[in-house]
Amino acid sequence: MGAISGMVGARIKRREDPRLITGNASYTDDFKFVNMSYAHFLRSDYAHARIKNIDTSAAKKHPGVLAVLTGEDLKGKAGEMVAVPFGANCIIPPHSAITSDKVRYVGEIVAVVIADDRATARDASELINVEYEELPAVVDVEEAAKGLPVLVHDGIPNNIGATLEFGDAAKTKEAFAHAEVIVEQRFNNQRLAPSPMEGRGCVAVWQKGEDALTLYTSTQIPHYTRTFLALTLSIPEHQVRVVAPEVGGGFGAKLNYYPEELVCAYAARKLGRPVKWSETRSESLASMIHGRGQIDYVRIAANKDGTILGIDITAYQDIGAYYQVLTACISALTGLMATGAYDIPAAYFKVYNVLTNKVSTDAYRGAGRPEATYFIERIVNLLANEIGMDQAEIRRKNFIAKDKFPFATPVGLTYDSGDYDIALDKALEMFDYANMQKMAADARAQGRYVGIGMSSYSEVCGMGPSKGMFTGGGWESATLRFEKTGKATVFSGASPHGQGQETSFAQMVATEFGLDYNDVIVKHGDTSNTSYGLGTYGSRGTAVGGAALSLAIETVKEKANKIAASMLEASEEDVVFDAGKYTVKGAAGGKSVTIQEVVFRAYVNPFDGIEPGLESTRFFEPGNFTFPFGTHICAIEVEADTGEVKFLKYVAVDDVGNQINPMLVEGQVHGGLAQGIAQALYEEIVYDSDGQLVTGTLMDYTVPNAVELPHFELGSTCTPSPVNPMGVKGVGEAGTIASTPCVVNALMDALINTGVKDIDMPLRPEKLWRVIHGK
Amino acid sequence: MKRTITLTVNGTTYTRDVEPRTLLVHFLREELALTGTHIGCDTSQCGACTVLLNGNSIKSCTAFAVQADGGEITTIEGLAEDGKLHPLQEGFWEEHGLQCGYCTPGMILSSEQLLQRNPDPSEEEIRKGIEGNLCRCTGYQNIVKAVQHAAKNSTAKA
Repeated sequence: MGAISGMVGARIKRREDPRLITGNASYTDDFKFVNMSYAHFLRSDYAHARIKNIDTSAAKKHPGVLAVLTGEDLKGKAGEMVAVPFGANCIIPPHSAITSDKVRYVGEIVAVVIADDRATARDASELINVEYEELPAVVDVEEAAKGLPVLVHDGIPNNIGATLEFGDAAKTKEAFAHAEVIVEQRFNNQRLAPSPMEGRGCVAVWQKGEDALTLYTSTQIPHYTRTFLALTLSIPEHQVRVVAPEVGGGFGAKLNYYPEELVCAYAARKLGRPVKWSETRSESLASMIHGRGQIDYVRIAANKDGTILGIDITAYQDIGAYYQVLTACISALTGLMATGAYDIPAAYFKVYNVLTNKVSTDAYRGAGRPEATYFIERIVNLLANEIGMDQAEIRRKNFIAKDKFPFATPVGLTYDSGDYDIALDKALEMFDYANMQKMAADARAQGRYVGIGMSSYSEVCGMGPSKGMFTGGGWESATLRFEKTGKATVFSGASPHGQGQETSFAQMVATEFGLDYNDVIVKHGDTSNTSYGLGTYGSRGTAVGGAALSLAIETVKEKANKIAASMLEASEEDVVFDAGKYTVKGAAGGKSVTIQEVVFRAYVNPFDGIEPGLESTRFFEPGNFTFPFGTHICAIEVEADTGEVKFLKYVAVDDVGNQINPMLVEGQVHGGLAQGIAQALYEEIVYDSDGQLVTGTLMDYTVPNAVELPHFELGSTCTPSPVNPMGVKGVGEAGTIASTPCVVNALMDALINTGVKDIDMPLRPEKLWRVIHGK
Repeated sequence: MKRTITLTVNGTTYTRDVEPRTLLVHFLREELALTGTHIGCDTSQCGACTVLLNGNSIKSCTAFAVQADGGEITTIEGLAEDGKLHPLQEGFWEEHGLQCGYCTPGMILSSEQLLQRNPDPSEEEIRKGIEGNLCRCTGYQNIVKAVQHAAKNSTAKA
């Protein structure tokens, strides 16, 4: 595609917005069908219990109730839930959409009521009588890994579902044996609830007479969902249609196939009526997948001059009671990024994937990489403090040098491109580092608690090369079709839910063909009009989805060129295309044809030897992942009296390669920062020792509001990625990955005079206050 | 059991029979098919359901439809006049103040209340003014810019 020009690179306002800002968009719960019924799920109040009996007779008799289903009703009629295994010794325990023998987490589905209206379904569910025999709850991950207090699943000894290893244990041990300095720390990447503002929901419609299913569902993966429905409900795949309508955020939590989707589809077929389900927030916090949940014991080996020689990590990943789609794979992504932005010669990462009586963990913005960046960026600061080195200088000293790319890491990835120094330089400049350090030092001398923290990250995204993907597929599809009257339609296999590809893809096509931006429309999310796509997650929408589009653009351009040549009676090599017009080389002021005329000719009076029509469907297989990088720096003050945190400055410099729409890129960074900072300061899923979900509503689970987040100053550098034609690296998760350790590093710097080296996240005011006051 | 209520929504008057337990947000969405107002939580935290009732912003998930009897409601669908976008809608569009759009209707209605009370708010005042509306996508920075944009353009019009 060549250099970014024309509309590409411009801050065009979004095509998506007019319908969203006027309340005219259709999210899943907005759909109404004739004769629609409603599902309400009865969920377990126990973390771990045997189901002795379920009496649904009273519920079934409630007026307006169409059906009450339990696990027994689905036995033999629906397949097990889908989970991608990872690791040679990975054991995936059975996971039914509705359990029948035991409940294994608070919120697990025990029964479903389908009724004429929402309230009736809910009222009737309260008439279901479940007899439970309570069992000990497996909550603490490290205890669970010893098999304590009990096993979550028979047949999985010590509750360890898999053990994964990355790097070289022997080489790393050797590196530690020769190190001048070793620093150790335990870090807790706490469980988080992704909390998109729109919860999960679906409407299942069964077409009688066609024996076909349509599922409208708030998902990030319509085509995968279609395949999973087909397999688990034994419906031929070509008879299943999945539609992702407007989706109100996902963040990885909707990169999944949920029991509720299977059950609603099953019920719709059984009853011959559409079935709708929309979760409440409390249901969501309990039964939508959680993110993170990883404890990392980290050791770093270095020389006194700050050269890092090796890094060694033993980790415990809290899986939950069952595996959802990518649950088994998330901790692997941590292992794969265990050396971060640094040229560390020896590394070893070992993780135990541990089963507990909680809802499954799975992909949440960053998916395994925030955990890695957190422990690396934190331990690097601890090392810097130990040897008395400046946090910027220790990073610079150990960065992968820019002439070493593509760079093969000791844990198995090859980073595409990078220039970590210039991003650090820019961040230091924007932050006014020397003066800010002086300000912080002066403040601390006065007894105030002011700190500066930094994080230099590299992260793996643009998911990904099929060979490297746990799912066996990382490619993406795009169709570009010119309509007879010269408009263009893009059909993408990506499934954006706020990322803005309806705008950025239109920018790409408009630029390449010299079209008016409004003459291009982008469609996605409906399996009936898109080629198979792998959805939107892993910062892949533009890096992979856009790359597929660039291939389709290329093919269409070739054919358009051919047609233009015939129209101009010239040879293809002599045709020049510029600003929407084809002319003949060297024949200035001579005959020209517009792209619109070429398109029309493709449909009307096509030339002999040129197939009619003008469209192309292409699939892009990335040769590698992409690796955005950057440096974030912030200054924070902690109020001694209250432990409250005040941001003095937050600077983020990110390199995401070329940018198709810088406004969209900034938006992704802002949103990423918000979630990363929230992990550092506010959010935490808490289960008590009985496995009860304590943080069950937004009153207790602190999704931050506008007052609780600072103003961000953004900068960028541009190191194009060689992986795709646009040179784009992907940006969706980078902000989240970088910000968490940046903030915690700043807070620990603010508290440096207390001698405390680490505080578990979230760094709530109470914790900070206690450290300050030694209580 | 049902009660008859009459209320004006976006300039149109409706008379309907409702159960006392029916939430205003459900009434708007399901009875009147005004699905622009959204539900994002069950404890009044998130503000996605924000509408104006008799000129005051309220969380319609925390009001019963019967409480709005005799009232005047403005929802997101009623902001644009004769197809012309409200300055806040323009501002959100210009400044990329939304991504997934789910919090946006409530965010805009809360912002409208804020601007009615404080036509030229500072960044701090804007953040405080929308603290009852959660957004998971934008990190709020461009929402602040969107409100500032609207404030500037509303003032210019006056």
